[in-house]
Amino acid sequence: MTRYASVLDLIGNTPVVDASALSPKANVKIWVKLEGRNPAGSVKDRVALSLVEAAERDGILTPGAPGQILIEPSSGNTGIALAMVCRMRGYHLKVVLPSNVSVERTQLLQVWGAEIITSPGAEGSNGAVRMAQSLAAENPNWVFLYQYANPANPDAHYRTTGPEILADVPEITHFIAGLGTSGTLMGVGKYLKDHKPGVQVWAIEPPSGETVDGLRSLDDGYIPPVFTQNNGAELLDRKVVVRPKQSIEFTRAMAEIGLFVGISSGAIMAGAVKCAQEIPDDVEATIVTVACDDGWKYLSTGAWTDDVDDVVERAKKIIYF
Amino acid sequence: MASTIRIPTVLRTAVGGNATLSVEGATIGEILGKVVADFPAVEAQVFNADGSLHKFLNIYVNDDDVRYIGGLAAATKDGDEITLLPAVAGGATA
Repeated sequence: MTRYASVLDLIGNTPVVDASALSPKANVKIWVKLEGRNPAGSVKDRVALSLVEAAERDGILTPGAPGQILIEPSSGNTGIALAMVCRMRGYHLKVVLPSNVSVERTQLLQVWGAEIITSPGAEGSNGAVRMAQSLAAENPNWVFLYQYANPANPDAHYRTTGPEILADVPEITHFIAGLGTSGTLMGVGKYLKDHKPGVQVWAIEPPSGETVDGLRSLDDGYIPPVFTQNNGAELLDRKVVVRPKQSIEFTRAMAEIGLFVGISSGAIMAGAVKCAQEIPDDVEATIVTVACDDGWKYLSTGAWTDDVDDVVERAKKIIYF
Repeated sequence: MASTIRIPTVLRTAVGGNATLSVEGATIGEILGKVVADFPAVEAQVFNADGSLHKFLNIYVNDDDVRYIGGLAAATKDGDEITLLPAVAGGATA
């Protein structure tokens, strides 16, 4: 076994596994990059480390100096990853978290000592972003890394995830990932298009429930600045929304081939299958998708054990992505 | 050539409280034009002054975002399901 000096050295270099058993076509291979293997359990470990290191390079943060406070809105994985990185670097992290996230997420933040500030659940991630922006404005000495707009977010994927994918699956023809901050899609997508023109990049939009219902007007909508800064509308070839029921069904299908991954990974696999169905029978294609995290944080949904319709109803009220 | 349009909560008041509408048309542009003709209050929510789509409104034909499959010229056929969804930050509910 290789030895590492720090947990932070374990971030990245995640394995890619063949999931072609779920492909509807023999001429289309599907590979899944298992980001749950990162030390804090998700793809966001890469982003958290990149955000903090960029701030340290810019002199915004100083490792070991006392009294440094960070604030970040997150419905889960970024907060958890930042909490781990901040614990390692000696920073105090405040996470603005919608009240309706799953209990596992709240507890994981507490494992690494993050302070939780609750935002209204009905306002979803939009509400958490607004509250963090307002608190950061009121407390100018707090460091607001703001993953939705920070170039260090897609840069983490341009520098690490993208090269890893191309090295491990050089025959890639399609890259498919979830659209949250858009960091993964922008960073990996740009890297692949720069180094292997012709690769198609598909975005899978997570299904929306009461977050959308809570909007007062369309003008309360939100497009991550990372998406616009990287000309996301030009970079993406397709954008597909996946329904909650389909997400759960594919999360279960992945478990049947041994992959215990989170619900967003099921949604992304559903998108990969849709993509595969569109590829002509005489064309060889290789799809690479990202499983953002493992299934542990989602056990309380009953996603693998309960009636699918019950899980979907329950999931509408709780944020799992 | 009727398609079913699913209306998000935030736009329902502007379309007479309907959660769904059934509209005929061969393209998204034609269908939205008919919706606006029937419910003028929704026009400013769907379109910008120059006739382009509101930046925070995503429109899907059978779950495909129309911005990537031809925009307002995207073809529709009988039985298609059209979904209007506001753009929100990542982390929507499952």
